[in-house]
Amino acid sequence: MSVPFLSVWGRLLPAAALLATALAAAALLGLAFGSSGASWSLLRALWPGTEGADPVASAIIWEIRLPRVVLAAVAGGALALGGLVFQALLRNPLSEPYILGISGGAAVGAIVGMLAGLSPFPGVSLSAFAGSLATLTLVLTLSGGRSALRSDSLLLGGVMMNAFCGALIMFFISLSPDPQVRNILFWLMGDLSLAGRDQLSLLWLVLPGVIVVALLARPMNLLLMGEETAASMGVNVRAVSLALLVVTSFMVSIVVSQAGLIGFVGLVIPHIFRLLFGPDHRLLVPACLLGGGAYLIVCDLAARGLPSAGEMPVGIVTALVGAPLFIFLLWRSRR
Amino acid sequence: MKAVKVSGLSLRYGSKEILRNVSFCVGEGEFFLVIGPNGSGKTSLLKAIAGLATPSAGAIEVLGKCRTQWTRREFSRQVAVVSQHVPDDFPFRVAETVLMGRSPHLGLLQGETAEDRRLAEEAMAFTGLSHLAGRRLDQLSGGERQLVFIARAICQAPRVLILDEPTASLDPAHQIRILDLVENLRSRQKVTVVMISHDLNTAALYGDRLLLLCRGEVAGLGAPSEVLTWQQLEKIYGCLMLVDESALGGSPRVTPVPEKYRLRGAGGSGEPRFP
Repeated sequence: MSVPFLSVWGRLLPAAALLATALAAAALLGLAFGSSGASWSLLRALWPGTEGADPVASAIIWEIRLPRVVLAAVAGGALALGGLVFQALLRNPLSEPYILGISGGAAVGAIVGMLAGLSPFPGVSLSAFAGSLATLTLVLTLSGGRSALRSDSLLLGGVMMNAFCGALIMFFISLSPDPQVRNILFWLMGDLSLAGRDQLSLLWLVLPGVIVVALLARPMNLLLMGEETAASMGVNVRAVSLALLVVTSFMVSIVVSQAGLIGFVGLVIPHIFRLLFGPDHRLLVPACLLGGGAYLIVCDLAARGLPSAGEMPVGIVTALVGAPLFIFLLWRSRR
Repeated sequence: MKAVKVSGLSLRYGSKEILRNVSFCVGEGEFFLVIGPNGSGKTSLLKAIAGLATPSAGAIEVLGKCRTQWTRREFSRQVAVVSQHVPDDFPFRVAETVLMGRSPHLGLLQGETAEDRRLAEEAMAFTGLSHLAGRRLDQLSGGERQLVFIARAICQAPRVLILDEPTASLDPAHQIRILDLVENLRSRQKVTVVMISHDLNTAALYGDRLLLLCRGEVAGLGAPSEVLTWQQLEKIYGCLMLVDESALGGSPRVTPVPEKYRLRGAGGSGEPRFP
């Protein structure tokens, strides 16, 4: 029985190396494939010192594809982490920022911020954050506080919140003559095709959240033992839960205001990695971060590659994969 | 120095008074049992000692230091708690779970050392869980799961062990196994044990001293033979109990008397035939 006693680092490093490779491979694929098919020669523009050699290739890679790939990687990683955190804190394997309506709240907040003419940062980021916190509070209150979190009322509250936020999004967009508010598909199904270099500067805001979640990986393990047992083992349950909920909502808000509503990443990725690596959050946090990024890049590739009249929003692909998994998990939990 | 010293403790949830002016001491290395009817405040008392509930009045000292002076982390290195309910969906393996007992001793990013793993192995051997080390907790029986959580508490290397009815809903074999384990821990490693039990006979067999709680107040405190008298028990539990000496010697044995036996003796006058 030596397997359970492998040290954390001993298991973490190979897994992280593997997933980092997968992420890099996905990123290269994402850079090579475009609307005009694969073109590996374009990748040469990534090489330092080649600027100006081929201005078209350089522009395609640096201005169009790289921002899109980076946005997909950051959004996928952050959304997967969001799902992981909500599943641990709410002790509900089906919870995820999109399903609980947190993403929807952030989208509404972002649109309201844009309509009010706020700057992307800090204005719109903060209004999206406020929207996500408002829906989080509402859903938690509706489901009966933290004591009844196993119950389906949590999911039901999320579903209703999503319907309501969807209606609000359409309402605000139909009111708005402002082109800055982007199109309705962007907000409802998530879309990475509008990614530009100026957006990437905002993605750094996700980093503090990632650090906080990584530092709190062990307390998240202990919280699964129950709040009182965790507290008796030195975990400040209230502070840890609050910190995790707040930073996760913030990460999700940043992602939503840059990429719209991309659902189910936070459901699919943590479940896959729990099957592969077991329940230890010290492994799951880095795995979800890297794997979520790779996953969303691949989903975006699929969205670009699938035959369609125009660009297909990446949210369609993630929902096509994620919603059936949700239904399967729900069905299994009721047996 | 006393392991636990509670003086004038009161505790209320909202307007409901759960504990009123409770005072007692637990000596170091003592097996101290808290008994009392449902709703008498036993669990709240243990939570207050463990720092999981805030008293409205009174003082609690643990290992010579006022409860409020302990940091959460320092406290968790000295005091381990096994609660009544163990989650049945805890997805970790036995060895991982026991090893988590080392958490209070580790820094934020520090991994477990070889010494921590040795302690976890020791705790598993002590509780007879070594052969289950690689099994997932959600695949174990309730009794085995409770044992794992006790092994986890042992791995925490506490000086005081607080247990809330660890043997509730377990079969007699598992009950005895767990209680013997706790007794061994006390006698070999001088760990102070504060435990709630619903089973008065368990309390009599294992307890050095008992605290009998009734409606949040101390109704009895002392050796089992002093606390477990039929008059006292009838007053507190409202149920007639036969108290005689256990065949194992020394300790009292308590048998709640079923109605059909109650009218026997004394010419059927309704008087109990004992003491």
